[in-house]
Amino acid sequence: MTIRLTRRNLLAVSGAAVLAAIGTPAWAQASPASSFVGQFATQLTGIVNGPQPAAQKKAALGPVIDSHVDVAKIARFCLGRFWITATPAQQAQYTTIFNQVLLNNIRGHLGDYRGVTFALQGETPQGANTLVGTAINRPNAPMANVQWVVDSSSGAPKVVDVVAEGTSLRLTQRSDYASFLSRHNNDISALLTALQRQLDAG
Amino acid sequence: MHRRPAPTLALVLLTLGSSLPVSGCATRPPAGDAEATQEFRQTNDPLEPTNRFLYDVSDKVDRYTLKPVAQGYMAVVPAPVRNGLHNVLANLGSTVVFVDDVTQANPRRAIDTLARFMINSTMGGLGVYDVAADWGHPAHATSFGVTLALWGVPAGPYLFLPLVGPSSPRGVAGFGVDIAFDPFIYVPNGYGLMTLDWARYGLGLIDTRARVLGDLDHVKAGALDPYATFRSLYRQNLDSQVEAARNDSLPITAAAH
Repeated sequence: MTIRLTRRNLLAVSGAAVLAAIGTPAWAQASPASSFVGQFATQLTGIVNGPQPAAQKKAALGPVIDSHVDVAKIARFCLGRFWITATPAQQAQYTTIFNQVLLNNIRGHLGDYRGVTFALQGETPQGANTLVGTAINRPNAPMANVQWVVDSSSGAPKVVDVVAEGTSLRLTQRSDYASFLSRHNNDISALLTALQRQLDAG
Repeated sequence: MHRRPAPTLALVLLTLGSSLPVSGCATRPPAGDAEATQEFRQTNDPLEPTNRFLYDVSDKVDRYTLKPVAQGYMAVVPAPVRNGLHNVLANLGSTVVFVDDVTQANPRRAIDTLARFMINSTMGGLGVYDVAADWGHPAHATSFGVTLALWGVPAGPYLFLPLVGPSSPRGVAGFGVDIAFDPFIYVPNGYGLMTLDWARYGLGLIDTRARVLGDLDHVKAGALDPYATFRSLYRQNLDSQVEAARNDSLPITAAAH
């Protein structure tokens, strides 16, 4: 699960820093999964640190998320055992709303920060996936260790989870939905209504 | 020398938790529903109604007390001063972290913590600057609860305690031991030392709350069931702390009991 801070990793990070210093993106020399995350994080931080107003940033984030994140897979995971009990129409509606929820969440976490930087910290295999570690620095906030779970099973790498300080986005979301459903008679339409309300409010 | 009854706070919290007027257990799913039963076991929150009540009370109390204080603290005190105060508090707490590292049989981390304390107490201007982090000794958070986990003690059911927040019987036991490990609780009465000690606790509370102001708001805004979301986050964060201590890997910065 966790990335060991070995001498090799330290060397890799410092090597990456040297490369960055001479103008080559650090991720350009990394393995496919790390390179993919590096390129994704560069695009994300580029938008976040940009001068555009919040609405434009949100609009710009959409395509970047779509092309790098397997939202449908995460959506299905988060509904857990309730996915198979949902009707195809509910599944489709849920996936659409989930996409928006995820976008709002990401936007909320990135907030109105400027000057966000990241550094790759090496990778570890996790079953069929690869965990790529990054250290995210935000101004006036503690440094955050964020790991990106990359699934390359479909041929093209896609992010299927983000683990911040040991907490997985999809696991947390799944337990939120499961708890909500168990308190609402496992009624998926109640979940859809609540998610829609949350979107409308946000 | 008078010894202050330091674990009083923890005892009060424990007593409060066990003598609440609200009682009741979470409803088990029907025996035929295997998946729901497995989920119920994994959640391991048999006192959920009581815990939810305490969460709601804590949330309301926080909204009118600690949160505005933390917001005021953020607005009035400039970031460099806040960071300095945080570093001083963290430095004072490093003696407890050191004992935790030792009881976790983790010499590398223990040396790191000792080096941090020595470097930051001197070169770091009594702990104001975290010089040690720049010198290859980054901070790591741990607790005696993590030690107990490494010793094989199961966490037990989920507990939500006022002021302490998400915890478990193992977490509460660890919290109590950590308080007992803290040399500053043995300061003698008088000489204003006790006042300093309480100021440290008060400031620690505000500092901790201020550092999670934005994050807590985001979690609450993004969750359909914030109680369940915090429960999940707490468990995952604690598990990762235990794994980090077991594998001596990258530090996890947020402390959990």
